[in-house]
Amino acid sequence: MTAVREGARQVMAWLHGWTGLLLGWVLFVMCLAGTLSVFKPEIGRWMRPEATAIADPAQAIAAAGNWLSRNAPDATGWYLAAPDGRMRTVEAAYDTGGAFLYRALDPVTGAPVARETFGGEFFYRLHFELELPFPWGRLLASLAAAVMLIALITGIIAHRRIFRDFFTFRPRKGQRSWLDGHNALGVLALPFHLMITFTGLITLASLSMPWAISAAYGEDVAALYREQVPGIAERAATGTKAPLAPLAPMLNEAQRRVGGAIGRVYVLNPGDKAAVVTAFRADSGQIGYTPAEISFDGATGRVLAEWSETRPAIQTYNVLYGLHIARFAPWLTRWLYFLGGAMLTLAIATGLVLWIVKRRERAPLSLANRILERLNVGVLAGVPLGCVAFLLANRLLPLGVSGRAEAEVSVALWTAAAALAVGAALPPRVAWPLLLGLVAASCAIAPWLVPLGQGDAALRIGNLMLLGFAAAFAALVWQQLRRSSVPVSRRAARAAA
Amino acid sequence: MAGGARSGREGWRYRGNVAARAVIGTVGAYAVAALLATALARTLAMPRVEAVTVATLLGFVVAPAVTIWAFLARGPWRAAAGVLAVALPLAAIVWAAGSPA
Repeated sequence: MTAVREGARQVMAWLHGWTGLLLGWVLFVMCLAGTLSVFKPEIGRWMRPEATAIADPAQAIAAAGNWLSRNAPDATGWYLAAPDGRMRTVEAAYDTGGAFLYRALDPVTGAPVARETFGGEFFYRLHFELELPFPWGRLLASLAAAVMLIALITGIIAHRRIFRDFFTFRPRKGQRSWLDGHNALGVLALPFHLMITFTGLITLASLSMPWAISAAYGEDVAALYREQVPGIAERAATGTKAPLAPLAPMLNEAQRRVGGAIGRVYVLNPGDKAAVVTAFRADSGQIGYTPAEISFDGATGRVLAEWSETRPAIQTYNVLYGLHIARFAPWLTRWLYFLGGAMLTLAIATGLVLWIVKRRERAPLSLANRILERLNVGVLAGVPLGCVAFLLANRLLPLGVSGRAEAEVSVALWTAAAALAVGAALPPRVAWPLLLGLVAASCAIAPWLVPLGQGDAALRIGNLMLLGFAAAFAALVWQQLRRSSVPVSRRAARAAA
Repeated sequence: MAGGARSGREGWRYRGNVAARAVIGTVGAYAVAALLATALARTLAMPRVEAVTVATLLGFVVAPAVTIWAFLARGPWRAAAGVLAVALPLAAIVWAAGSPA
């Protein structure tokens, strides 16, 4: 029996290492971006410091509708997210002239805010689309999540002493310290890690596990959608024009009937006789996603469909989904999500470093492992650097530039690519402190680039966090520089003795 | 496999063992999940959107379990036999239940 269990543990440890290595870098990007996405609305506010106007959800959506009626009447749909206590602007995704646009609209005037940016949406999309075209980004993310689940489960089985690991940390002991750190980060928030990985996996279920759907619906995806969200009235455009009825009365009626503030509002085929306005109850009032929705005839304002979710399986799915996106979370829970995500990100980073450290302490690194070591530097330091570069670009790019939001993303991606190149070109003992030093410096600079006297609490807290990150990365750099000088002085001391 | 690991990680026997388990643990696990999801979607007595949701969620529960099994079983043949023992009845149910009207 002992022999079997011993064997099982070795097998699981082996599997844990390899699955972790296989998609570790992708998971690092996903976890970092996901952790930042916890504060998606606040990041949006930090990145649009000029947008200070406040309006209630229904007013803001009505204003957005007015502006869009004039500027995107030909759209097949406007997909709007209403402001709430956390977000000031209306987030609008819509198509016009064949192009699909994403804009933050002023809640009072309805016009796009001056500082055109994707804001927190960048991190949110990066989290599960990885800047890859549909469906490849989402499929890779699904695969990585599946691998993550396996890595977590095998990590648990591989552990002899899961509770003692809680309290074990042996600093400055090379491999042991990395292992202890990795274990502590992984074990301390293990329930969170398992929850977030499993629920993350199921958010993309229709793409990664479509078999039940195709068994019951065949090719008729529209039928599935109709049955999943019965409060959406779907109908084709007629081609006959008709002005959109005023949105405000519909939205007020919606708030009354869905029993809470509205969150998202879809306007399909605006300007057509068959236009439909669908309002969803805000996700912040309960854990479950999409708890209730109501649809109006866009031309007349008459109610077409109305639904409040009570079906057990759908509700289970919606709660799992809601647990992942955490829009329900009040501020303390939100910070715990952030902390859990940060720990998972660090567990992945330390795991990737551990792979190298463990092998280096046994024997000189093989060529493959030396390449892995350099890629580790590029990814683990380069991705955070790209994220901060995104924030710096937001502050430094001129406001009127066309394609400004896309330019911010380009800056982020090229910075990360450059960091990868630096990590590959320079020896790790130089590249680590250089790149991490750049992250620290960028985090330290970013808070000072906004015109003084602007912004609000989200801006100030964001700036404090950036300064905190700057200090943390600076401490890492200091550690590395000191460590690389220690052996020399020790050798000197031994020679003198 | 642990014994194999000690007696020679570089041996072809060991590599074949790991490769076989990797295939069983990925392709096999996904196949079992897909078959379970399909079988449940066709047989559960509830509205089809509910059945689809239950089936899909259970697919995600069963897949990692099969992966772990693939690496814990005594040998790759046993691992494959275990997967087939679950997959074949599920495939039979899928076949017998047929397409919904």
